Amino acid sequence: MTTTVERPAAHAPAPRRRAPGVGAGTGALNLLNGGFLLIWGLLTTLPLLWAVVSSFKTNGEFLSNPWGLPAVARFENFSRAWTVANIGQYFVNSVIVVVISVPLTMLLGAMAAYVLSRYEFRGNRIIYFGFVSGLIFPVFLALVPLFFVVRNLGTVPVIGQFLGLNSHLSLALVYVAFSMPFTVFFLTAFFRTQPTSIAEAAIVDGCSHFGLFFRVMLPMAKPGLISIGLFNVLGQWNQYVLPVVLMNEPDKKVLAQGLASLAISQGYRGDWTALFAGLVIALLPVLIVYILFQKQVQAGLTAGVLK
Amino acid sequence: MAQQHTVRRRASKPGPALQHGKNRFIVAFLAVPVAIYGLFTVSPYVQAIFISLTDWTGLTADQEFVGFDNYVKLFGDEQFIIALKNNAILLLVVPAITLVLGLFFASMLTVGRRGKSGIEGVRGSSVYKIVYFFPQVLSVAIVGVLFKYVFAPTASGGILNGLLGAIGLDSLAKPWLGDPNFAFWCVVLVMIWSFVGFYVVLFSSAMQSIPKEIYEAALLDGAGRFTTFRQITLPLVWDTVQVGWVYLAIQAMDAFALVHIMLGISGGPSRAGDVLGVALYRSAFNDYRFGYASALGVVLLILTLIVSGLFLRVARRERVELS
Repeated sequence: MTTTVERPAAHAPAPRRRAPGVGAGTGALNLLNGGFLLIWGLLTTLPLLWAVVSSFKTNGEFLSNPWGLPAVARFENFSRAWTVANIGQYFVNSVIVVVISVPLTMLLGAMAAYVLSRYEFRGNRIIYFGFVSGLIFPVFLALVPLFFVVRNLGTVPVIGQFLGLNSHLSLALVYVAFSMPFTVFFLTAFFRTQPTSIAEAAIVDGCSHFGLFFRVMLPMAKPGLISIGLFNVLGQWNQYVLPVVLMNEPDKKVLAQGLASLAISQGYRGDWTALFAGLVIALLPVLIVYILFQKQVQAGLTAGVLK
Repeated sequence: MAQQHTVRRRASKPGPALQHGKNRFIVAFLAVPVAIYGLFTVSPYVQAIFISLTDWTGLTADQEFVGFDNYVKLFGDEQFIIALKNNAILLLVVPAITLVLGLFFASMLTVGRRGKSGIEGVRGSSVYKIVYFFPQVLSVAIVGVLFKYVFAPTASGGILNGLLGAIGLDSLAKPWLGDPNFAFWCVVLVMIWSFVGFYVVLFSSAMQSIPKEIYEAALLDGAGRFTTFRQITLPLVWDTVQVGWVYLAIQAMDAFALVHIMLGISGGPSRAGDVLGVALYRSAFNDYRFGYASALGVVLLILTLIVSGLFLRVARRERVELS
């Protein structure tokens, strides 16, 4: 960010030699630009800060004193949100779904991407473009038939009891399917850059194709897997429209969806602070993960556009 | 099969040692991903196109082939036209403002400061980049609920009206999300709010790869900030802007979560804030018009294809190569 600081001194005098007049008002402009940046920074943080502060207030304070600090931090808002407002259940549901769906997305995505990038066979291109074309298809087009595909799966003998609507496993599998286009696209590009020589050496050493993938290629692809993994964790944790269609039983809802229905019900009850406590419960883990891994998260999310 | 090398050879093509047991391995690795993707993604897309040609209600197995009836009805439906118009606004306004703000902030953060040591980012630019990115990691549901309360009437804790009151602009206070003239624009603002940070980070990393010497040379030639931006920064990051544009246009088409949460399933007061995604969801799961909803989905697909094709064509310019 401040690469110029480490520059040799030879560069430093350059700006001082600029033509007269250009430098005039530079200080003022720097200040003005700094002002814009600060305003946007405040616009970004203040709503979040407001939510956090509100979550510690009483409902009375929330209405009468929206900008002030609460007299006492009301931690009971959080327990009310967790139990009475059902956030706990929603949170657990989200965790269950993502714990199933993300590792499965990564494993299946890596397997498909590996085969498609490193092996030539008839139909390779068709399968690859089949996966990648999913990037451009709006998920809405699939919603109606998807609802019936999932509902009908619930009537299949033996496995039906685990699938169908309102099943965490079904939702996880749907997440896996809809994450495939980008995961395969990203990892195919990644596996293509891996050197062939290592793969050949491993085969000569008696490694099977399976061993080569799990013991050599997968560990080598770690940086790519981390980027796309973070992308999928955030994307699937934050998914909204798919659970709205597939999970309609109150105790099966995931966090994003549960919060949205709470926003309506808590508004009627006039219990806003429990809602905001719920909002903070949903918001803090993601924000903490992001702040801890911000370089990787930013790289993972922007990589999607750049590749 | 194994010897088929009609396709151009890739540098990473596996050698002969890898041919043993290859086919079994390929099938084993592709079967499950292809099956899951086929079942939950490809088959719904294909079915949707067929359902759009029927009058299916979803309640019974009865479905009659009605040809393009649903599409004809669609374009005679005033509500569809409102939704279509709103999607057009999203498509034009959101990317335009987001890109301008993103480019502005990114250039401030990477090359905005003309100090003693030459051109650099403004002070604290790394902190800004972390903070600006916050909305991007939050669930759109969290953002929706949060802003539903920012724009709420004062009686339910809305802070925007409270803020306007505090600075003496009481007359401007209104039930933002309850006013058909403003409801949709609130959604547009929230969308821009949540997108800008991502593009700041995206463009910043593109701008960081521009050699500082170019800026120093421009400075010596007496180029002002705006000229420098237009003549140097913009052309050199144009590739990224172009890709960002398409991505943003596709993102902006999907306002479902924000409209659904902030304005409700009917798209707000007088249904004025309706968008195609919400209209589709409503026709299907509220009104049980599955054929009609699927036709809406097909229109949405065609729009997405046109938009991405169009943007790629319009935005294509000469690439500037950095040696």
